[in-house]
Amino acid sequence: MSDSAPNFEADERIKAEPLISRLMKRPELGAIAGVLLVTIFFLITADSAMFTASGIINFMTPAAQLGILAIGAALLMIGGEFDLSIGSMVAFSGLFFGVCVMVWGLPLIVAIPLTFVFSACVGAINGFIVIRSGLPSFIVTLAFLFILRGLSLVGLKWASGGSTQLRGVRDATENDWLAPFFSGDAFPGFFAWLAEAGLIETFQNGTPKVPGMPVEILWFIAIALVATYVLLRTPIGNWIFAAGGDANAATNSGVPVRKVKVTLFMVTACCAALVAIITVIDAGSTDARRGFQKEFEAIIAAVIGGCLLTGGYGSAIGAFFGSIIFGMVVIGLTYTGFDQDWFQVFLGGMLLIAVLFNNAIRKRVTGER
Amino acid sequence: MSEDSKFHHGEVKDSVPPIVQMKNIEKHFGNIIALAGVSFDIRPGECHCLLGDNGAGKSTFIKTMSGVHQPTHGEILFEGKPMSFATPRDSMEAGIATVFQDLAMIPLMSVARNFFMGREPTKGRGLTKRFDVEQANEITMTEMRKMGINLRGPDQAVGTLSGGERQTVAIARAVYFGAKVLILDEPTSALGVRQTSNVLATIDKVRSQGVGVVFISHNVRHALAVGDRFTVLNRGKTLGTAKRGEISPEELQDLMAGGQELAQLEGSLEGTV
Ligand SMILES: Nc1ncnc2c1ncn2[C@@H]1O[C@H](COP(=O)(O)OP(=O)(O)OP(=O)(O)O)[C@@H](O)[C@H]1O
Ligand SMILES: [Mg+2]
Repeated sequence: MSDSAPNFEADERIKAEPLISRLMKRPELGAIAGVLLVTIFFLITADSAMFTASGIINFMTPAAQLGILAIGAALLMIGGEFDLSIGSMVAFSGLFFGVCVMVWGLPLIVAIPLTFVFSACVGAINGFIVIRSGLPSFIVTLAFLFILRGLSLVGLKWASGGSTQLRGVRDATENDWLAPFFSGDAFPGFFAWLAEAGLIETFQNGTPKVPGMPVEILWFIAIALVATYVLLRTPIGNWIFAAGGDANAATNSGVPVRKVKVTLFMVTACCAALVAIITVIDAGSTDARRGFQKEFEAIIAAVIGGCLLTGGYGSAIGAFFGSIIFGMVVIGLTYTGFDQDWFQVFLGGMLLIAVLFNNAIRKRVTGER
Repeated sequence: MSEDSKFHHGEVKDSVPPIVQMKNIEKHFGNIIALAGVSFDIRPGECHCLLGDNGAGKSTFIKTMSGVHQPTHGEILFEGKPMSFATPRDSMEAGIATVFQDLAMIPLMSVARNFFMGREPTKGRGLTKRFDVEQANEITMTEMRKMGINLRGPDQAVGTLSGGERQTVAIARAVYFGAKVLILDEPTSALGVRQTSNVLATIDKVRSQGVGVVFISHNVRHALAVGDRFTVLNRGKTLGTAKRGEISPEELQDLMAGGQELAQLEGSLEGTV
């Protein structure tokens, strides 16, 4: 953890610790190194267009959508649990949101909070079953992976009268004052100014190629910062580490482990709901395949970011960088001459390296020999 | 085995009402009867030793006092009022701090984070209310130094500490938070000579501040050095409570071993036990 040591009198039994070995103990180090490596790789192999403003936005947008999930998954993993149902949760809360807007005709100011509350409840059900039964969360949430995906299909058919897609969300939300917070691009004025100043590329008519910062990137950054602050600088953060490190020891030390874990399940579900809301408004429709396999990608990003599968260790910033690696690899390959399908090989390789690396780091931290 | 120790022993006045009174506590785990009706009380300013063989039920008993287990039968009075601690947090808030036999520490977390786990100091208000890491670090280092251990740094992970250092962190933590009752479950099992006498001296010190100490040990010498009263458990039952001076070390040792066997053993080991 990042507690900076105040200056106590030096102990003759510690060697001065070089910066590099101090850094080696940071959980997010692997992910940052990974970002550098991947960047260098694409600087060499990819078309230079990848690292222009529009290229960066191109890979940051999917990175952000995944990252919001990955940060939720990382918090939950640090707290010692898994959620395999987040991908299905995106579809399910997308359906609920779509129904709110299209079937019930609710304005966003009602539909969005309602979607969050609904998703948090589903997350809480997940959490309660895991806590009450004492079963591994892996198996309980695997069941929910299928249950929620199936319910999304059934619900969509009901709401749309037989199809697996619910269209027209964009038209219904276009003029809502809340929509700009969840869709489109932020700071268009700033980007126009940048274009005028010649700092970013423009089309021939002078409008910038990048009209603004996609809002999901802002959400992504904000959530990463808040999650990091909570983890490292609040009592609740300490409880999350403790609950994941050893639930029994934490309970005996007065940490409300059950509450912490259920809350984390709810937070993860809310992250899924946020991604659902953003992507549904953006696409203007919701369908049953939304969020498909995102649970694996989110967990991979969290692991690349330094989370241990056994819990009690990891970081939100790590998951942030893990997701960026993900986005860079998915999109970056299209800028290179490589076959797109190398993506999966790349991904598996990254995961393997990350897990080996994390294992070594954990041994360093705990002094395991 | 000297009965006269350097400590000022607490005067166990019968008139002083106990802080915690446990009446006829029974605890069953499924078909296992771990405790079959144990009564016990702890008064302010005394050190009450709980002795007994392995598996006698000592840990189970103190866990019902610190809210980890709920007794199957029996009654717990806290400062005279019936009390049921649903969680360890409840008992902590009442001023009971415990060093568990397994220490309840998280190896992956730093010493300071372990020290304040569940009771983090905060600064700021409202949304800026946050974990005061600097204060936590400082208190941890100070408290550890008081116990005779110079930590390399408050951000060292507990997993890298030696067994005795780990035990000392747990003791220092409990002493720091034990406002009314301090429960120590075999706190000296991994400690060196200096740290052990430090712990015994600490018990003496907090006792003189009016804290009630429950001390579990397998070492009769340690128990006699600080104890004011001695309760012996055997197979889930009390063999009785004796005041200091009412019982000789030999008798106590025999009781702890559950009776006669030790006498025979002692013969074959030529008095080394
Ligand atoms: N959670 C549990 N489930 C079932 N049986 C238990 C449980 N906890 C304790 N026991 C049983 O209760 C009995 C008393 O155990 P306890 O840990 O209290 O002994 P102890 O006196 O602390 O022993 P030691 O000196 O070895 O620490 C043992 O026989 C043990 O097997
Ligand atoms: Mg025990």
